Amino acid sequence: MTGALLEARDLSVHYTTRRGPVKAVDGVTFDLRAGETLGVVGETGCGKSTLGKAILGILPRRTKVEGSLKFHGKQLLGMPEDEYRRMRGEELSVIFQDPMTRLDPLMTVRDHFLEAIRSHDRSVSSDDAQERAEKALRSMGIPPSRLEYYPHELSGGMRQRIMIAMALVLRPQLLVADEPTTALDVIVEAQILDILRDLRNAASMALLLITHNLGIVAETADRAAVMYAGRLAELGPVADIFRRPIHPYTQGLLASTIHLGTKELRSIDGTPPSLLDPPSGCRFHPRCPYAKEICTTKEPPMVEYRPGQFAACHFGRDFL
Amino acid sequence: MNVVQQAGRWILHRMRKAEEDGGGPVRPVVHAVDKISFELERGEILGLVGESGCGKTTTGRVVLRLIQPTSGHILFEGRDITDLKEAELRGLRPRMQPIFQDPHAALNPAMTIGQSIQDPILIQGGVTGEEAKQAATKAMMEVGLVPAQEFVDKYPADLSGGQKQRAVIARAMILKPSLVVADEPVAMLDMSIRAKILELILDLKRRYDLAYLFITHDLATAKFVCDRIAIMYLGRIVEIGPARAIFADPKHPYTKALIGAIPVPEPGRARDVRLPHGEVPDAVNPPAGCRFHPRCPVALVSCGWEGRDFVNHLEERWLNSERARAEVSLGPIEAWRAEGLRATRAVKDQDGKALVAGIRKILAEVHGPLAAAVDQVAVEESRLVVRFRKPEALVPKEVEGRTVECLLY
Repeated sequence: MTGALLEARDLSVHYTTRRGPVKAVDGVTFDLRAGETLGVVGETGCGKSTLGKAILGILPRRTKVEGSLKFHGKQLLGMPEDEYRRMRGEELSVIFQDPMTRLDPLMTVRDHFLEAIRSHDRSVSSDDAQERAEKALRSMGIPPSRLEYYPHELSGGMRQRIMIAMALVLRPQLLVADEPTTALDVIVEAQILDILRDLRNAASMALLLITHNLGIVAETADRAAVMYAGRLAELGPVADIFRRPIHPYTQGLLASTIHLGTKELRSIDGTPPSLLDPPSGCRFHPRCPYAKEICTTKEPPMVEYRPGQFAACHFGRDFL
Repeated sequence: MNVVQQAGRWILHRMRKAEEDGGGPVRPVVHAVDKISFELERGEILGLVGESGCGKTTTGRVVLRLIQPTSGHILFEGRDITDLKEAELRGLRPRMQPIFQDPHAALNPAMTIGQSIQDPILIQGGVTGEEAKQAATKAMMEVGLVPAQEFVDKYPADLSGGQKQRAVIARAMILKPSLVVADEPVAMLDMSIRAKILELILDLKRRYDLAYLFITHDLATAKFVCDRIAIMYLGRIVEIGPARAIFADPKHPYTKALIGAIPVPEPGRARDVRLPHGEVPDAVNPPAGCRFHPRCPVALVSCGWEGRDFVNHLEERWLNSERARAEVSLGPIEAWRAEGLRATRAVKDQDGKALVAGIRKILAEVHGPLAAAVDQVAVEESRLVVRFRKPEALVPKEVEGRTVECLLY
């Protein structure tokens, strides 16, 4: 597929741990187009955060990354660190779950902005940087007087809005948002999601939205990628993923999500597997109500069952 | 039978929990929970729902008498336990048990699951080691940690999140409580296993006629498990009543906002609610009148508008730098002081009349009830003063089967 902003091909990330290699991401392939929002959903340990870190090039040293990851056609894997550092901020940017742990408690909001701007362009004067910071804050509805504040003096929602303002100050083309609203209350969460949606519409910036919350994906994303135990289970347009899911894991995840319309509690039997020793064949087979012989031995390939909707299930056809 | 029924009644009457907040020479007092009342019957799940800092966790801890309220009363099984000493409470503790949010933190990593579950009855005493072990096995079976012998010698690190939470529930159930305070019991668990833990909670309620205080920020979960719901905001209960009635037709604007803000896993469905602006204000100095009024999309003139609302309005208005420049004679924002119902600013050598006219012009452009709540704009003792009317007293009212604290009703 051409015209993709980001292309991941057979991307794998293996952490080295004392107990052995952990295959946090294993053979993941997808594209992200300019201006598109892709929601990456899954449960704890499915590899969704590792995927985000791999794109940003911020994995721990000695992590084995294989496959291909191209941004604007340029290979990111193996890129020299100083080049990667320049790209982060200017072309790729990130917001995390808990802004408090990402802001330096000894630096004011102004210090953070000046650092973010001038570490990329030494020639920007303090006055220019200040002006850009004020403008960025205003765009998030924050009075410029907050530039003098330290992180602890700000509310959770304000901190996250400041993180977004900082992430966007250099106008990146791709923003990776890793559980950006999980630490926030539901009303502030809705406010932040509104901001992210507005940004997407206004700035034609691509957004990789990593979350465990299916509701957020349904409301915010164009396409969704469902991850299970380090692999993609399903990938497709949000409307298809939610209305006619193919993979039994997607079906189970949707059925077990408790929302205001929930009439009956459903859950998926068993627990997510250890990535030290993932199940053979389809990784979901021990929990899958439809598993057959082949599922225990053969890894299912990603198959396009409907235009743009891919699922990794041997029996995907049965769920059309 | 009569005795049991009467025993299963907890009343929190006009409880007021003031928490002292450290730091600074003047220690500010936080009214974490301010004059709330509710009852809980056996066989009932009451949900305490609200955003962080609303006082729901504090309320749970007060009910368990882990902290003592500053004023008010807590009745447990018909007995006033507000001022009981620790030694007297110990006899009651088995009947009121907590379940916490993070099962990993709630279990001692150096104790096996079996040891953790038996520990409470060994502490209570009067049983042999063998009896404790048997009770633990039984409790494990009841919460679905089966076969028990497979889990009894395992350590928390060997269990999944859902299994750990089952162990925490078993540890609470082994003492045969009549009241369980469950503080966000499924918030840390993955979606695919949440339902199982909620089913267990419901199942235990039915089997043992338990009363639960179910503390959560998640309205969808609350809707599913709770019989009644109390919506808390900044230390107050703003709406309390049968869950079905509240979800079918929420009355308090805050309840409406909370329900409307939940993301729905249904693509293409737009949220149909006006979000409250801003965030929950500081509990040290909560807003006058109805505490929700500064964020309320349907606030009235009488809801409690005060000086700081005006200062906040100016700050928001001047986010637009053109306007800030045009109205520079009324700034800067730092020069404004909010004192209760008044907002004031020094006049210095400026023309008082022009300043008053400038404020009136701003007020004329305000959308919403803030402007109409202004009583007077004047220059007094060389200060520009914006004074607000006194708010109407807020009294909880019965509205269609629930109690609501809102001037709309």
